[in-house]
Amino acid sequence: MKLASPDTYAKRLVASVQDYALLAGQAIRNIFTRPFYSTDTIAQMDYIGVGSLPIVILTGFFTGCVLALQSATSLKEFGAIEMTGRLVTLSMVKELGPVLTGLMVSGRNASGMASELGSMKVTEQIDAMRALGTDPIRKLVTPRLIATVAMLFFLTILSDACGILGGSVVSIVLLKLNGSAFFHTGYMSLRYGDVIEGLTKPLFSGFIVATIGCYYGLRTTGGTRGVGKSTTQAVVASSVLIILCDFIVTQMMIDIFGR
Amino acid sequence: MTISFEQSPSDPVVEFRNVSISFEQNHVLNDVSFRVFHGETCMILGPAGGGKSTLMKLANGLLRPDSGEIFIFGRALSSMTEQELYEMRAHVGMVFQESALFDSLSVRENVAYRLEEEHVPEAEIEERVVAALRFVELEQAIDKFPAELSGGMRRRVSIARAIISRPDLILYDSPTAGLDPITSTTIVDLVVKQRDVSQTTSLLITHRLQDAFTMATNRYNQESNQMEPLPAGETDSRVKFLVLHEGHIVFDGTTLELTHSTDPWLQAYLA
Repeated sequence: MKLASPDTYAKRLVASVQDYALLAGQAIRNIFTRPFYSTDTIAQMDYIGVGSLPIVILTGFFTGCVLALQSATSLKEFGAIEMTGRLVTLSMVKELGPVLTGLMVSGRNASGMASELGSMKVTEQIDAMRALGTDPIRKLVTPRLIATVAMLFFLTILSDACGILGGSVVSIVLLKLNGSAFFHTGYMSLRYGDVIEGLTKPLFSGFIVATIGCYYGLRTTGGTRGVGKSTTQAVVASSVLIILCDFIVTQMMIDIFGR
Repeated sequence: MTISFEQSPSDPVVEFRNVSISFEQNHVLNDVSFRVFHGETCMILGPAGGGKSTLMKLANGLLRPDSGEIFIFGRALSSMTEQELYEMRAHVGMVFQESALFDSLSVRENVAYRLEEEHVPEAEIEERVVAALRFVELEQAIDKFPAELSGGMRRRVSIARAIISRPDLILYDSPTAGLDPITSTTIVDLVVKQRDVSQTTSLLITHRLQDAFTMATNRYNQESNQMEPLPAGETDSRVKFLVLHEGHIVFDGTTLELTHSTDPWLQAYLA
């Protein structure tokens, strides 16, 4: 295999970022102009939202369980085991709920989008769509973008709730803590800014999952091997970007809300 | 704003002026110029990798040339916005090399796709889908999915999808590639039928010389509903040939000019 020179590699990287920005910009612009593919959007909401329910619920619940177990062990040393509810709730709402849901949805849906659109690309279905007078970005990318952003928002809320529920089950059943105290300390610890932070992150994660998944799908070349490569790249890129974006949003929220 | 694609019958429907395109270091088309007039069928021949499919995608605005200009219905593609290109494509039917049917849609939905996009009333869509499938003799496969069809059937569905909007120009990208001789003849039969029934301008890529010459030496008899040969020595004057080799046009002319060419490479290719 011939290795690319550093300047060729840099040029390709810049061109890729440019292509991605153009695709994302076009997908956003299509939301405000006609025609609008509402049926495709609802179908995607069903596939992404309802289809991701099991993994999001299970991940959220067991993350809450583990968080309660781990934090209780440390808090016990300081005689603050009653603070378990506060720690679980804050961690789930601010950080773990949004990030883990984003990563789970990315693993399931960014890969799905990249492989579906990639298969369409290598079998000339995307060209056929254009030849039949349909803009593939409007028909394929924009519905997925709207559906992922909207559904990830609600899935995150569900994941937060399941995580707190999981934490409470462990606290009550295994750690023999007071259930009422768990929920009370948890509820009292939450501030307006924490909830805003937790609900802002999935908007960015949803955008990343949809645009990255579609971008890698639409630039697929090289047959079935290319589809596999695009799928892997989409999951890796979207997961890394979700974590990176989480860091940036967290810093932004600390600057705004002071916590 | 919608744009008009109406033009005088004496003007070329397709015109390439000094078109060149390359992918990375590979020059696919070099300074290609030709014209196709109303009602003509341009047969594009040449060895594999000569830039034929690229030329077809350029003609439909699916690719943009590096240099030169392409005119479709008298309008320069380079001056069109993406939206205007979509409007232009509403007048162009395209049959892809591997059919490119939407595999998640049934035959009915594939053929009806363009009409659904144009919000044509459901009753009319049904009527036109059945008529298009009857034209390609695949009415019985209306509820099947592409995966359930043979290669030849998929090409016929692809032709039905291309002609359903009654286009002014049809682009056939190797419609007989990879098919057995009998199925290929069926496809050629359909292309001749479409040409003679609708008088549609078309560009057709083929690797099979016998298909090209069948197109030039046969006509469709609408009374007997079958293809029949023209009288001995006669060829269809509306059939033109364009031969591409390594990105260059090595021949552009009529059937007789092609068969009487003295160019050594052409003679070797035709032999």
